[in-house]
Amino acid sequence: MTVSNPQISRLLDQEYSAGFVTDIDADSVPPGLSEEVIRFISAKKQEPQFLLDWRLKAYRHWLSMPVPQWSSVHYPPIDYNAISYYSSPKSRGQAPASLEEVDPKLLDTYAKLGIPLAEQKQLAGVAVDAVFDSVSVATTFKDTLAEHGIIFCSFSEAVREHPDLVQQYLGSVVPPTDNFYASLNSAVFSDGSFVYVPKGVRCPMELSTYFRINAANTGQFERTLIIAEEGSYVSYLEGCTAPMRDENQLHAAVVELVALQDAQIRYSTVQNWYPGDSQGHGGIYNFVTKRGACRGDNAHISWTQVETGSAITWKYPSVILEGDNAVGEFYSVAMTNNYQQADTGTKMIHLGKNTRSTIISKGISARQGRNAYRGLVKVLKGAEGARNYTQCDSLLIGDRCGAHTFPYIEVKNPTARVEHEASTSRIGEEQLFYCQQRGLSAEDAVTLIVNGFCKQVFNELPMEFAVEAQKLLGINLEGVVG
Amino acid sequence: MSIPQPSYQGIFQRLQQHLPGAGIAWMSQMRDSALATLQQQGFPDTRMEAWKYTDLRSLGRHLFTPTTANREISTAQLEPWLFDQEPMHRLVFVDGRFAPQLSPLHALSGGVTLTSLAAALERHPAELEHRLGRTLDTQRPGFNAMNTAFLQDGAYLKLERQTVLDLPVHLLFISSGQTEHMATLRNVIMAAPGSAVTVIESWVALGDATCLSNTITEIMLEDNASLEHYKVVQEGDSATHIGDTSVYQQADSRFTSHSITLGGRLVRNDLDVCLDGHGAECALNGLTLTRGRQHVDNHTRIDHQQSHASSREYYKGILDDRSRTVFSGRIKVHPGAQKTTAQQNNHSLLLSADAEADARPQFEIYADDVQCTHGCTVGELDADALFYLRSRALDRESARNLLVYAFAADVLERMQQQPVRHYLEQQLARHLSGATARLQSAAWH
Repeated sequence: MTVSNPQISRLLDQEYSAGFVTDIDADSVPPGLSEEVIRFISAKKQEPQFLLDWRLKAYRHWLSMPVPQWSSVHYPPIDYNAISYYSSPKSRGQAPASLEEVDPKLLDTYAKLGIPLAEQKQLAGVAVDAVFDSVSVATTFKDTLAEHGIIFCSFSEAVREHPDLVQQYLGSVVPPTDNFYASLNSAVFSDGSFVYVPKGVRCPMELSTYFRINAANTGQFERTLIIAEEGSYVSYLEGCTAPMRDENQLHAAVVELVALQDAQIRYSTVQNWYPGDSQGHGGIYNFVTKRGACRGDNAHISWTQVETGSAITWKYPSVILEGDNAVGEFYSVAMTNNYQQADTGTKMIHLGKNTRSTIISKGISARQGRNAYRGLVKVLKGAEGARNYTQCDSLLIGDRCGAHTFPYIEVKNPTARVEHEASTSRIGEEQLFYCQQRGLSAEDAVTLIVNGFCKQVFNELPMEFAVEAQKLLGINLEGVVG
Repeated sequence: MSIPQPSYQGIFQRLQQHLPGAGIAWMSQMRDSALATLQQQGFPDTRMEAWKYTDLRSLGRHLFTPTTANREISTAQLEPWLFDQEPMHRLVFVDGRFAPQLSPLHALSGGVTLTSLAAALERHPAELEHRLGRTLDTQRPGFNAMNTAFLQDGAYLKLERQTVLDLPVHLLFISSGQTEHMATLRNVIMAAPGSAVTVIESWVALGDATCLSNTITEIMLEDNASLEHYKVVQEGDSATHIGDTSVYQQADSRFTSHSITLGGRLVRNDLDVCLDGHGAECALNGLTLTRGRQHVDNHTRIDHQQSHASSREYYKGILDDRSRTVFSGRIKVHPGAQKTTAQQNNHSLLLSADAEADARPQFEIYADDVQCTHGCTVGELDADALFYLRSRALDRESARNLLVYAFAADVLERMQQQPVRHYLEQQLARHLSGATARLQSAAWH
């Protein structure tokens, strides 16, 4: 190990502090994937026929698909028949009517992670739809939202209560045949979140979901669908933590965003799944498909992500800019430590006139961490006056890490302006010396430098989340983000 | 993964005995196995990552054949490409075959060997046995194998220790315009420690024919050797040019490349540089001018194997009509290659609504103490700059041409060889006046 600075080294060594297991009997199906399992999931969730058909179609298509090999991440082949595709906490006989009825053990789990629901309900003004394993266990602030006509519920509930909306939009951004993991998700997705903001409504609070993976050998396949009607606004926060496990667990989620004319969706993620131990054993495989469609003029979608966890992160939150003057943004911090791998980036597809996109990607690699930015900026023929600015920077800590950039730029319209910049460097001895010479400890100096490196992205996070993101980064990886 | 193509087995059997090195066992063996590889791999299709933007299906519809007959060409016909008769050592190849009567060599100083590859194979087969094909990337399916199997000729340049060649070496490759003709050339340049030379490759055509140039240039620079390499591609409007330049550099060696593409229906320039020595440097410059339905690919790959090496890349493209260009620049910093500096720049200027520019700058970095940056832009002429010039009484065409000229001259200014630079400036001016003429005639109708 050639991380020379002992203080950085010590920070790198910090244990994963969210690693504990909640002991609850789970109502799971045995491992394996077949049409029967899909029928079981669908029946268990009392789904309408169209959804079952949709799942089965996705499953049959999935069977014909090869496992994608093109990324820079490496992992042993996954045995899809060794995964259990459904697991829900047993105490959930009937849905809890209020927070008090929720299994205290669950609430305690969240408390250890520093997100006490009850407290947040009062203090932070954040409505939380918490997904514990596969089933939503508590939804808060629903009444407040209902006053504005906003639907914010678990996906299963949306299927029951608002099947027409689900049927209209499900798979319209990420088709069930889109890619290997999206197809798998379409076949077996268990739950997730659903948001519908009606025309002209500005969502009065940040919506948030905390996902947790708990039971061993349980893949988690959420599906999130957010629809912002004409002129509406919503900001959605997604946070993820998982307890310590030895086996690798697969997490293949799908997120679809639909922004109609003049609507704006902000989607923020802080991802802190279990990254595996310092030898690279265990950890989550986070293979996620996220895509938003700006369906109307002046629609605006921004993705902000802070990826600190997971053994492997493999995702490209994308925006399809269909309407004229639509805006797409992608702000990302991805940190890899030990044997973590990240292959992340975005796709900005410019179709409408005067569409704009901004991509800011910050990758930090430490030890044997591998970090890749992979992105596509595509300007189609009709995208008159399209504009893109891309900046991707990598910071290297230690001489055995890796940082890669693979941008793709395709421009078919001469009035477009596309700019791409990238840089790679390490924390300079001079920078450290400069800070230390002014009385900062090495730890604070590194914190300062990395914080500065990531600042452009943190500025995009909602206030509460920015604090949490910095806290998680601080604990999780270098401890250098203050 | 390959496109359907006819079998080259028959042609190979017919020509085998007429190709250079036919009597040399290792050469025959190499050709045989290359043919087997070609038959097995075929030409790459767009599902292969490195060929994603290059559609070669049109190549599969032809069976290209190397010529065995000499086509007579007069010295006068060479005139346009002789850089105003500046003194140079010149080797001329017509349809892939060496033309000694067109290649007057100036007296060579001691320590320099400059011959055709066929002659070198006859005279020093042992020397080439372990040299030929050593530096080639096996990731280029089809074409490398095809080149080896059908290798006709090329230039062989060898510099002994501390030899400095004052006059540049000009390699002129002429396509006489035979349909379905294949020119398969391989140049080998070996520079011993401390030597220095300039090499200019010109690829030109006398007529317009559907033909294929498949070329490989292998360059080996030992410690502190220096090479300035020019490649000017001006093939015919229906021609395909698939070229690979493969460079291996040792400590403190310097390699400068100027890759200029002006003509050809489909041109692909691969340029692989392996910096395998401390303090090695490379600078890769490129300029592409396209019009009509031209498709030009520039693929560069730089491997930083050792520490303290530096690389700079500067590629520009100017696209008109329905043309398309692709730039792919991969820089890999291997573990331990500390203190690497790598800079890459790629800028494309779109002059037409139907042109398309694709770019793929890539970094793979496995060392921490490095400085690597890349920048990439695609766009049209700056409206403010145009306005500035027009407000100073330049008409629209002059203003536009001036800006385009400046955009391109930026690359040409990096050249050390004034005759080549002057020639290219003239070509650029002609290209621009052609564009102006077409615009004017469009405006009249």
